[in-house]
Amino acid sequence: MGMKPSPYATKIPYEEKDNKVVGGRPNPADRSDAIDKVTGRARYAADYNLPGQLIGKVLRSPHAHAIVKSIDTSEAEKLPGVKAVVTRDDFPDMEVEHAASGELMVNFRDVTRNMMAREKALYDGHPVAAVAALSESIAKEAMKLIKVDYEVLPHVIDVRDAMKDDAPLLHEELFTKGAGIEPDPSKKSNIATRMESKLGDIEEGFKQADFIVEHESNTKAAHQGYIEPQASVANFTEGGTIEVYTGTQGHHVFRAQIAKLLKMDISKIKVVPAELGGGFGGKNNVYLEPLAAQLSRKANRPVKMVMTRDEVFRATGPTSGTNCKVRMGCTRDGRITAAQAELNYQAGAFPGSSLPLASITVFTRYDLENVLVVGHDVVCNRPKVAAYRAPGAPMIAFAVETAIDDLARQCGMDPIDFRLKNAAKQGTQTHFGPPLGQIGYMETLEAAKASPHMNEPLGPNQGRGIASGFWFTIGNDTSATINISEDGTASLIFGTVDVTGGMRSAFAMIVAEELGIPFEKVRTQVGDTSALGFNFMTAGSRGTAAGSMAVVKATRDAIHRACEIAARKWEVETDQVVWENGHARPASANVGDFEPLSLAQLCKEATWFGGTIAGHAEINVAMGGPGFGTHLVDVDVDRQTGLVKVLRYSIFQDAGKAVYPAFIEGQFQGGAVQGIGMALNEEYIYSDKGTMENPGFLDYRVPVASDVPMINTHIVEVPNPDHPYGVRGIGEVPIIPPLAAISNAIHDAVGVRLLDHPMSPPKVLKAIDEAAPAQAAE
Amino acid sequence: MQNLRYEAPETLADATALLAAEDGMARVLAGGTDVIVQMHSDLIEPDLIVDVKNIPELTEIAKEGGAYRFGAAVSGKTLMLHEDFNKTWPGVMDGVRLIGSLQIRGRASVGGNLCNASPAADSVPPMIAAGAVASVIGPNGARDIPVEDIVTGPGQTCLDKSEIVVSFLLPERPPRSGDAYLRFTPRTEMDIAVVGAGVNLTLDDDGACTAARVALAAVAPTPLLVAEAADALIGTKVDETALEALAAAASAACNPIDDKRGTVEYRIKVAGVLARRAAAIALERAGKNQ
Repeated sequence: MGMKPSPYATKIPYEEKDNKVVGGRPNPADRSDAIDKVTGRARYAADYNLPGQLIGKVLRSPHAHAIVKSIDTSEAEKLPGVKAVVTRDDFPDMEVEHAASGELMVNFRDVTRNMMAREKALYDGHPVAAVAALSESIAKEAMKLIKVDYEVLPHVIDVRDAMKDDAPLLHEELFTKGAGIEPDPSKKSNIATRMESKLGDIEEGFKQADFIVEHESNTKAAHQGYIEPQASVANFTEGGTIEVYTGTQGHHVFRAQIAKLLKMDISKIKVVPAELGGGFGGKNNVYLEPLAAQLSRKANRPVKMVMTRDEVFRATGPTSGTNCKVRMGCTRDGRITAAQAELNYQAGAFPGSSLPLASITVFTRYDLENVLVVGHDVVCNRPKVAAYRAPGAPMIAFAVETAIDDLARQCGMDPIDFRLKNAAKQGTQTHFGPPLGQIGYMETLEAAKASPHMNEPLGPNQGRGIASGFWFTIGNDTSATINISEDGTASLIFGTVDVTGGMRSAFAMIVAEELGIPFEKVRTQVGDTSALGFNFMTAGSRGTAAGSMAVVKATRDAIHRACEIAARKWEVETDQVVWENGHARPASANVGDFEPLSLAQLCKEATWFGGTIAGHAEINVAMGGPGFGTHLVDVDVDRQTGLVKVLRYSIFQDAGKAVYPAFIEGQFQGGAVQGIGMALNEEYIYSDKGTMENPGFLDYRVPVASDVPMINTHIVEVPNPDHPYGVRGIGEVPIIPPLAAISNAIHDAVGVRLLDHPMSPPKVLKAIDEAAPAQAAE
Repeated sequence: MQNLRYEAPETLADATALLAAEDGMARVLAGGTDVIVQMHSDLIEPDLIVDVKNIPELTEIAKEGGAYRFGAAVSGKTLMLHEDFNKTWPGVMDGVRLIGSLQIRGRASVGGNLCNASPAADSVPPMIAAGAVASVIGPNGARDIPVEDIVTGPGQTCLDKSEIVVSFLLPERPPRSGDAYLRFTPRTEMDIAVVGAGVNLTLDDDGACTAARVALAAVAPTPLLVAEAADALIGTKVDETALEALAAAASAACNPIDDKRGTVEYRIKVAGVLARRAAAIALERAGKNQ
């Protein structure tokens, strides 16, 4: 995240009160984005068209690892209808410079190399050239005419292979950096970074243990699976400004990155965020935007680029594939004494996996004295990884939460009781830094224990699994503006891109609550980069949590202005006027006997009394309000085919206080479905040539609706003390537990322990068949 | 693809003439659920598309005596809405109902499913098990080809480039007959068979199996008709021993590959499991069809 807590960051204490709108369940049809999405009116990036636009396509490396010796575009440029071709020669090289881009850090030296290969193509699908032409078919024809001379090199796909001493090296300048690396290594490596964090004395902890469990898990890369492929329309004008319409989780961050990559002033660029067809962290990175902009500059016409699904899979960042080793010990009575983990994470073609985040989450839901966490960030010939919903956390939770399950079994304890006995609470010291504040982990376990799900009977070959997860809520730069229209209705402009589709309604509810006007009288929309001050990405579960802080501040600013108008009319001081139930009122009988004035009435008087009512906020929101969740899952295992069917699924998660409960429930369910898909079938499959074998939804198997049951949700409410409405980030936690919960359920059903992801039918069947002789002997 | 030509003839003669006259790549289009997708993913760049949906012979469902004939371009959904056909050939319909999704079945046809020549096509094994015969026409006349002989390899058929499949004839059903098709996919729909097994059988008055056909999908370069598996059932009461023998024969007939959808080991084992489960369903259906 690269952000130190600032003493100037904004916190607003939680205000316990009875809300009229917040926490309610408005008619779903009143969700401002709903109808347009259903009818097809919503405008996604690919729905934008500019007069005279060209179509841009990207020529991609067919090799996993190759030196790009030369690129000859002359024949392509001669093809009628081709208006511009760009290659590495059209972009300035970048120095090493790190910046936050969502939850992960980026290095501009690598960003420019990822969007367009320079010295080498580092993965199947790596861009080597881009063409803009009058039509897609001409652009495709032109790509066939580009001659690229490759020198194919040996490649490495698996993280364990990439860590070996004799592995093919991706980068000539890469030496392992980080903790415990002394002196500086003299040998180049694919291991970009080593991380370490510890608490207490790990050896002493294992000495105290009566039982020790060791798990080694392996997970394949998994894609976010957003339905909308990346798409951008760029218009580089002769006046030297750029307009970009694109699908992004952070238009201000994209604007800054485009400016950097093209060496322009930030203010010369406007990025308009389109309606987003899913992001989940995958739209935190520029891919097409700089290419479309540079093609537009060369062609002097707008350029539209839309990825195919094949391109999305091969060239945009999935989450890291991993190898994780966990060793945990506990006493006979179920107290964890030692917890150790090694996290080996694929970064893809350039350093910078989700390791720094994943390593924070490893054991963070347990109160532990002795911890050692070591991690390696490893490059390999795959697309550069991107954030994916709680980046890195589901994979290490897979190893840890299954180990917890086995420890509980060895102690003869119920897995929920075992977790309760070791659960983190307010004041628990984390292994990575500060102690935890007010959290609701234990409450999620208690809710799970008390739920009717626990009493549902299980049949033969059916089992129940439990697992928990933790994720933080980031703050960062956030801006909002509210304009009160002449009729007293409100128009909110905010800058945390509505990646979930529910944020607009949640903010409308908060504005309605604050102003005391009906929910329907508030319009909310995401402003483009010219409308607001800088907004950091919608990432790190910050969208509603951080966004609403700016919304509350902006709305209160507008209320102050409304009170000022009333004060001027009544000829009293502004602090003698209060805002109650949508009206300005005298603060007390001493102020005078004035009829309360509604927002609409005040708007009529606004011009005379100084000007329009508006409010705004530009704040750095303090990080805080982490979220915890516990999942229960029942599965049925077909012993003859290895098919795992999810029968029943329940989520218990602390949301702080729920602003828009239906939206939170949707987030819980969506996260769990992505986790279920990842657990059972989703994986990147590579050929021996290092090319991706399943770049499409047919063979990259995300679940379909009929694969999952209705997912039960239970919102636990332990307010975030630093937020006026008690909000915590909630979007990421629900993807963390499913892998482990399902492995635990399979173990409960058929007695085999799966730690090799995905837990697909062939693997499950093999594990059952291998265990059969031993099980028969028992 | 800049010079793609689209034709929609209304007679068989026009269709075959168009195909015969094309020197470049021609594709026959029925529902388009394979052809259009292949074009979109740049797998094929046809010069000519011949849409056969306007040709009456390809779109009719009719009884010929006790037998059923249906056009090769009849959509899956149209077949699903034909009550008597569903009652007569529930196993064929098991396969049809598994093709793609509801939306895809609204367009996709059994003829297209066959001529796409995937070893994993879902409607093909139950059609083979049913003993269906394809009626094929070309510039040099018509011929009848058993469905199991059409596909010669992945993406390849025995048809000449100007021939089209017009319709399928499914024989009259003796009483006490039943068929069933099962496929294994990790997902419940929108997936491609890792293994598929179709079984069609007929019982006598004592419940003994007098005739059977067993076909497998996705375990060899083409869909397989497995005589040994059928032999395991014929003459038995389709009891536990017979089902064991059926499973063993089905597994033994497999010649699969390791690929992104499954391993050799897995496919061989599951082919036996599915054949056995399909036979149990076919048996139950035969018992009900007095």
